Amino acid sequence: MARNSVVSRRWRSEKMDGFDLSPPDEQVHVLAVDDSLVDRKVIERLLKISCCKVTAVDSGIRALQFLGLDEEKSSSVGFDGLKVDLIITDYCMPGMTGYELLKKIKESSTFREIPVVIMSSENVMARIDRCLEEGAEDFIVKPVKLSDVKRLRDYMTAREFRVKNQQVGNNNNNNKRKLRESCDLSSSPPSISFSSSLLSPWPSPPSSLSSPTSPSPCLSPSPSSSSSPSPPILSYSAPCSPTTLDSPTRRLKMSSSD
Amino acid sequence: MDVIVQLQRQIVDFTASLYREGYVDDQFTQLQKLQDESSPDFVMEVASLFFVDCEKLVNNMARALELQAVDFKQVDSHVHQLKGSSSSVGAARIKNACIAFRTYCESQDREGCLRCLQLVNHEYAQLKIKLQTLFRLEQQIVAAGGTIPVLQ
Repeated sequence: MARNSVVSRRWRSEKMDGFDLSPPDEQVHVLAVDDSLVDRKVIERLLKISCCKVTAVDSGIRALQFLGLDEEKSSSVGFDGLKVDLIITDYCMPGMTGYELLKKIKESSTFREIPVVIMSSENVMARIDRCLEEGAEDFIVKPVKLSDVKRLRDYMTAREFRVKNQQVGNNNNNNKRKLRESCDLSSSPPSISFSSSLLSPWPSPPSSLSSPTSPSPCLSPSPSSSSSPSPPILSYSAPCSPTTLDSPTRRLKMSSSD
Repeated sequence: MDVIVQLQRQIVDFTASLYREGYVDDQFTQLQKLQDESSPDFVMEVASLFFVDCEKLVNNMARALELQAVDFKQVDSHVHQLKGSSSSVGAARIKNACIAFRTYCESQDREGCLRCLQLVNHEYAQLKIKLQTLFRLEQQIVAAGGTIPVLQ
């Protein structure tokens, strides 16, 4: 059967040789968004120590610029062409809130597949629900701990594993069996099926082999494209309405591991 | 060798007192876990950033409260910011002072706010001294060829 040479939107093609059961040796690239310098430093370290590559920006606008979603720029090349595997953003930020950033990302056909995690110091159910409804992958109550990042990392690893399996031909039946059982696509092999869910629900699969998102905008970075963008407007709007009903410490966790 | 053991004991005792007296909480422990050979001064770096941030915000609050017509939303937003960063570094007393501060902002109580500001400033100064002591002890151990004890 033809060897699958589809390039994952996340992985460079040389990593796609055959069937790879081992955890991805390529680092997960996380875009962290937080207006607080202290918090940026902490989240950056938390992610780096968890073997992630990190780009930290101080606003939603900067995040969009990095992704190339800034309306002022016509090209969709990220600053250094690195694909983003996860976006983690603070909720309360002046200018564009994390919620607004989440919406913008989910509205983009290029980037809506990137999981977005919201962080907030306020443990408000309505806020959590709103973010999850808008497509946030997870909601972390600050302060962020190592166990929170580990949970995200585990999720990313499982997700990468799943994405890899979906894109490689059915060379290994054992591992594909579980995926194929829930397939609603395939007729004859080699069929690429999307699992209905290993961890979290996925959108219904397209009928073609290509990944749901358009090809990565990863090109060799051109220095000219990084002429300094206009600084984000840091208007000091009042923060998200303070809640007097801080519910007793309740962290929304996807798993109970801690 | 004795000097190292002594220093280590000092650090252990001193750190324990920081927790016991509520200066720092579990999040501070989290920060210490993030410090290793690849980032040996991480805690000190974060603490420095925090203190700079704290000073700036305290100044902003003071200026805002000096105005004839105080913009309490503005004051509250500064307090909210400080509450956030103090929480992220485990500066428990400062964080708690901020929580109280916010209630006075909400009720637009200028006198109450000023009292809270004084408290925040006091806690900031205290913590700074405490952490500087801690870092100095750590530096002494390293200089003497020892390792900084890890508290569980």
